[in-house]
Amino acid sequence: MEKFTSHTGVGIPLRRSNVDTDQIIPAHWLKKVTRDGFEGGLFEAWRKDPEFILNKSPYDKATVLVAGPDCGTGSSREHAVWALQNYGFKVVISSRFADIFRGNSGKAGLLAAQVDDKVVERLWEYLESNPGATVSVDLEARTVKAGEGPDAIEDSFTIDDYTRWRLLEGLDDIGITLSHADAIDAYESKRPGFKPATL
Amino acid sequence: MGRTLAEKVWDDHVVRSHEGEPDLLFIDLHLIHEVTSPQAFDGLRMAGRPVRRPDLTLATEDHNIPTTDLDKPIADLVSRTQVETLRRNAEEFGVRLHPMGDIDQGIVHVVGPQLGLTQPGMTIVCGDSHTATHGAFGSIAFGIGTSEVEHVLATQTLSQAKPKMMAVEVTGELPEDSTAKDLILALIAQETTGGGQGYIVEYRGEAIRKLSMEARMTICNMSIEWGAKAGLIAPDQTTYDYLKGRPSAPTGAEWDAAVAYWDTLVSDDDAHFDKVVTIDASTVAPFVTWGTNPGQGVPLSASVPDPASFEDPIQREAAEKALTYMGLTAGTPMRDIKVDTVFVGSCTNGRIEDLRVAANIIKGRKVADDTRILVVPGSVRVRLQAEEEGLDVIFKDAGAEWRGAGCSMCLGMNPDQLAPGERSASTSNRNFEGRQGKGGRTHLVSPDVAIATGVLGHLASPADLPELAGA
Ligand code: SF4
Repeated sequence: MEKFTSHTGVGIPLRRSNVDTDQIIPAHWLKKVTRDGFEGGLFEAWRKDPEFILNKSPYDKATVLVAGPDCGTGSSREHAVWALQNYGFKVVISSRFADIFRGNSGKAGLLAAQVDDKVVERLWEYLESNPGATVSVDLEARTVKAGEGPDAIEDSFTIDDYTRWRLLEGLDDIGITLSHADAIDAYESKRPGFKPATL
Repeated sequence: MGRTLAEKVWDDHVVRSHEGEPDLLFIDLHLIHEVTSPQAFDGLRMAGRPVRRPDLTLATEDHNIPTTDLDKPIADLVSRTQVETLRRNAEEFGVRLHPMGDIDQGIVHVVGPQLGLTQPGMTIVCGDSHTATHGAFGSIAFGIGTSEVEHVLATQTLSQAKPKMMAVEVTGELPEDSTAKDLILALIAQETTGGGQGYIVEYRGEAIRKLSMEARMTICNMSIEWGAKAGLIAPDQTTYDYLKGRPSAPTGAEWDAAVAYWDTLVSDDDAHFDKVVTIDASTVAPFVTWGTNPGQGVPLSASVPDPASFEDPIQREAAEKALTYMGLTAGTPMRDIKVDTVFVGSCTNGRIEDLRVAANIIKGRKVADDTRILVVPGSVRVRLQAEEEGLDVIFKDAGAEWRGAGCSMCLGMNPDQLAPGERSASTSNRNFEGRQGKGGRTHLVSPDVAIATGVLGHLASPADLPELAGA
């Protein structure tokens, strides 16, 4: 996984709550057996509408998605994270993430930055009145910034320490765990005999 | 201080715990299906890693499986590739697979319990968000993403930060014409789709104790629909009776040892819950959703709500969008909503008890003109059991379609889909936009409401059905 320290890119305001993973990538796309090529299915149903914000320049170049609360609810499909990444998104900002989506993002290297409701609202307003404006996210400092002057938006975001560390270091989870193989062996040797097995 | 049921199960699975890091948990059972596993197996292959514990892993084919023409190869080429990829991976990595045509094939969350693989006090994961179903046995069971699937395949563990603990106290008794599905839909409407975020929830109280295992699975299945990490119910005699004699259940002295352990799996009286919510079961009436998330529901006797009645601006906007998508007008009595398709099935309500209830209601009646009822058993064994009891004949006589086992119209990855604008009453768990087919409109309901709706052609409960002649 690539290291993630900071990112600055065009922001897109997605004025919706409950952006569920079925909307991010519909089920029929899940038949693919690779991790790439999902960008065409990103928000497929909504993109049918020419007025949908992602269809409009310069928002179509966005790399920072700003969504309403309960972002990524529903199905556990990690394809939702891949679809966002395949399209070019590096950061998703929301006031509340669904657990599985947040976990999947951290694993795949997409930064899920949780901010206050008010920050989302201010970013929406700023990005709507300044199409193509950028949003900067600093993972080291856990800050999100946009705009300049007296109206500049600058606030902190939350992300758990462990995910932050892994993103900053670009660490592969499986490698980390396998370095504790002794502990796994020890646990396995004391599992009770009544636990079921499939083979 | 005492511990909650979930904390006990959690503690018993900690492989490694370190300040400032999530716990490394051992996984007792890893369930796999064709949709969320191919990229995980690919990752293993690329890194040259084996599956650490094939003996704790089980694969089934469910999401893509057609429910008709079962003797022919899958017509949809992409679906076929995905299923064939799973078969190749299972073979290469030595994982047990129940493929299409196998007697133990079915929806992964129906198959695990049915085989007796799902037992109390376990950690169970699957690349599917409805894994919480297995929590009905007193296990910590939750859905994971594909990277985590790869992690479990490679290490049989997962790093997890310990969620907060919530108790859902279900007081009172469910009225006779209300079901577990109505209870969970009412709870989600009360707590909203984000209410369980960050929690493992324990459903408890007299009303829960009285539920059968299958009804408990219906409840736990929908934990994710209000955002909970997992949902579970303490095991008791009902759990043991369900398990005893199943193929993978312990026997003899192992059974006794297991029961002795399982008996300890209750929340201590002085256990601390970070949050407690209460719902009075005796007030739960047949419940239906009107919107595009499972929290947008009302009693069947109510009307489509007016978006203006929501104080929270976000909920108001969500309601407006939902009504537009659903083609509904505020104030319309729910019972006046005409339905085109009824789907009885899924890991929420596709088990034998559900089919018995459904058959019992439709017996001697007919599916309404312009309406179709699809009955899709959750597994091959459920289908065979139903056929042995003659339920298939009852459904067919009434004009309902009797299908093969799988996820089917729950998510419309196979050909069972709604057409744009088509409206369904569905016993599944998600009413998201397009979930059952592009432009399809879903009302989530219990099997009882589903069948009554199919007979009358509009949302209805069995109480609305005319008496049968001679009955
Ligand atoms: S029946 Fe529906 S919810 Fe259950 S596993 Fe299948 S697709 Fe998922």
